[in-house]
Amino acid sequence: MIENFNISEPYVLIIGGGNAALCAAITAKEAGASVLLLESAPKPFRGGNSRHTRNFRCMHLGPLGELTGKYGEEEYFDDLLKVTKGNTDEDLARMCIHSSQEAYGWMHAHGVRFQPSLSGTLSLSRTNAFFLGGGKALVNAYYRKAMDLGVEVSYESNVKHLEYDNRRIKSVTAEINNKDVTFTPAAIVVASGGFQADIDWLASAWGEAARNFLIRGTPYNRGVVLKNLLDQGMMSVGDPTQCHAVAIDGRAPKYDGGIVTRLDCVPFAAVVNKNGGRFYDEGEDVWPKRYAIWGRLVAAQPDQVGYAIIDSKSLELFMPSVFPPVQGNTIEELAQKMQLSSSRLRWTIDEFNAACQPGNFHPTELDGLSTRGINPPKSNWARPITEPPFYGYELRPGVTFTYLGLKVDKQARVQGKEGPVENLWAAGEIMAGSILGEGYLAGFGMTIGTVFGRLAGQGAAEHVR
Amino acid sequence: MSDNSILEARRQAEICNACRYCEGYCSVFPAMFAERSFSDSSIIQLANLCHNCRGCYYACQYTPPHEFAINLPAALDEVRYDSWKKFSWPQGFANMFDRSGMIMVVVLACSLAFLFWLVNTFIPEDGEGFYAHMSHGLMVMIFLPSFLVPLIATGVSINRYWRYIGGKKMTLTELWQASLEAITLRNLKGGHGDGCNYEDEDRFTKTRSALHKMTFWGFLMCFGSTTAGTILHYAFGLEAPYSWYSLPKLLGVPGGVLLCLGTGGLAWLKTKADPNLGVAGIWGSEMAFILLLFSVSATGLVLYAATGTALVEWFLPIHLGAVLTFFLVTPYSKMIHGFYRMAALVKNQTRSG
Repeated sequence: MIENFNISEPYVLIIGGGNAALCAAITAKEAGASVLLLESAPKPFRGGNSRHTRNFRCMHLGPLGELTGKYGEEEYFDDLLKVTKGNTDEDLARMCIHSSQEAYGWMHAHGVRFQPSLSGTLSLSRTNAFFLGGGKALVNAYYRKAMDLGVEVSYESNVKHLEYDNRRIKSVTAEINNKDVTFTPAAIVVASGGFQADIDWLASAWGEAARNFLIRGTPYNRGVVLKNLLDQGMMSVGDPTQCHAVAIDGRAPKYDGGIVTRLDCVPFAAVVNKNGGRFYDEGEDVWPKRYAIWGRLVAAQPDQVGYAIIDSKSLELFMPSVFPPVQGNTIEELAQKMQLSSSRLRWTIDEFNAACQPGNFHPTELDGLSTRGINPPKSNWARPITEPPFYGYELRPGVTFTYLGLKVDKQARVQGKEGPVENLWAAGEIMAGSILGEGYLAGFGMTIGTVFGRLAGQGAAEHVR
Repeated sequence: MSDNSILEARRQAEICNACRYCEGYCSVFPAMFAERSFSDSSIIQLANLCHNCRGCYYACQYTPPHEFAINLPAALDEVRYDSWKKFSWPQGFANMFDRSGMIMVVVLACSLAFLFWLVNTFIPEDGEGFYAHMSHGLMVMIFLPSFLVPLIATGVSINRYWRYIGGKKMTLTELWQASLEAITLRNLKGGHGDGCNYEDEDRFTKTRSALHKMTFWGFLMCFGSTTAGTILHYAFGLEAPYSWYSLPKLLGVPGGVLLCLGTGGLAWLKTKADPNLGVAGIWGSEMAFILLLFSVSATGLVLYAATGTALVEWFLPIHLGAVLTFFLVTPYSKMIHGFYRMAALVKNQTRSG
């Protein structure tokens, strides 16, 4: 219990309870510091967005555990450059990539177990190490380890304010059991994530349309600590207006739907908006390279909603979704059930079907089977939608994370206006914008969290000594 | 059979199939992910394949209070339990499962009364050891049918199950692989070898697997001891009591000790585990079964220790009463899980083979 935590000795305070926070807590404790961790979520929902993750991207120069082949620093960095379009900090990124190889062993030594690439994710078997049981199993293992080591954990503890004065954090105030408690730790690690669960903030940054977005992860990442620190002049990184959003099943819960709400049907579909018209090339590229774009595309449509229409021959070409599709024996019946205009959808599908060309269909590669004479075109996998029953999935933007964060140096130290804050470190989503300025690279968020969490924990522990 | 349990398990399996994070824990998930939609028979097969190691529950991001309310160990346990009733023979006995704890107590009381009455009514004219209290012929007359009839009932049930899940011919290799999985409890290893979750929430330990193995081997050794005694009696004309270095004793004494420790440990562990990860309302019955098995081994050991004393007159009917109860309730109690599990493992081998 937190009441038993000895606050008379210098200690490290960790704010947050996900992967980065736990890596920091364990590292600081193992380095000899006394550690208190404040997690805002109740125990069943502890772990922030890490709960929903499944792997981390790991550099390796030869086969490593379940990872096949090799994945060197240059290739890794190139992959990062591609998705961020150069919007990254090369020094930090290379340091992070380089440290990921060693992180694998550390994770295993602290209870994380790995499994072969999941069925349906073969493309990641070389680059990404999958956690056995997923991110919640990782979080559980780290909490076990942290508590076995003697880290004090307090749930439902909402940090509201960090008092910044003369280049250091003097105190931290948190609401615990409806009471404000003030802490005076010697060092602090903030690892409390982005602000994507604060819909008002999201709407003021992105626009009112964001109110219709679904939040794929935890409802507890409300950016309170991030905002508090930015308001006191800490340097920021990342576009404050942007979030990473993908197209997910529109019937997903508002928060915390996680992995099962993803929909991989777009490449095999004709996708229309609520007016029944197509709006983008569904077959532009393979889905792993396009799902993020579709979050934005759907966000730009009226009411932020799209409808993917397929026929029976495509139903089993993609991973099953958690919600069964809407089904109709005719396009008109399907339109009615999805509350679209029957005549308009009929017209769109007829036009689409007429534009499809004969040719060989290959679901797993760019097959060049494209439409002719319609705008927008469909560049691959364009087959007429003719075989009943017809199926429809509603698509909505699902926000994964926000880019705005705290600027850190290579020691994970938070940067204030007058230089690094003496006793404040940051790790995880709250600083990831330094490296991931744009786009996303699967599994890289967990790599950043692990590497910077350990750095932050080490730095904080040394400061306390 | 309640279709609700299948509906609920299917709902959960469809969510699992869209997630797949637990793929590496056990045999259930690869079997599940090989399918896109789930027939009743495949849900029932998955349920009997599940060892209730609970790894998937603690790893799951969708457990309550999440609105998806995933609790796969409990959902599959519900189906598993319902399936034992569905296939039980005679069908009229199916409801015994729901009251198996109470039935065990009643059967035990009746068995004890019956055996005490026998021991005191049909006093043998001669005979050594416990045959001084009950003749060999009388024992055979009681225990042969009470062993064989439940065994037949079990066989009929398993055969019904096997046909329902579409079991086909198996090869020797498949049978051997399935046996290895059963003996090593591969599905309680968590995929990583650290064991399963049970007595301390998400902490992985090998305790449950070890205790179950002690129970399993202890049981087999006790069974082997009885079998050895029967063979010595009929094939070699060697009658009980046997010396400590005879086969029945060499198997029976360590077997009994293992069975005592295993079942005692499992009972203790059960008090620590979260009851919400199994069928609601049968905790007591399962506990009663473990304790019955414990009493079979414990009374056997006490009876051996009492050899040559007047106490044999008391402990013989007590031990025999426990054994008789155990035989009689086997097809309608937790004991049946071993038979279904083995069939499910074999069926799973024929799937992947």
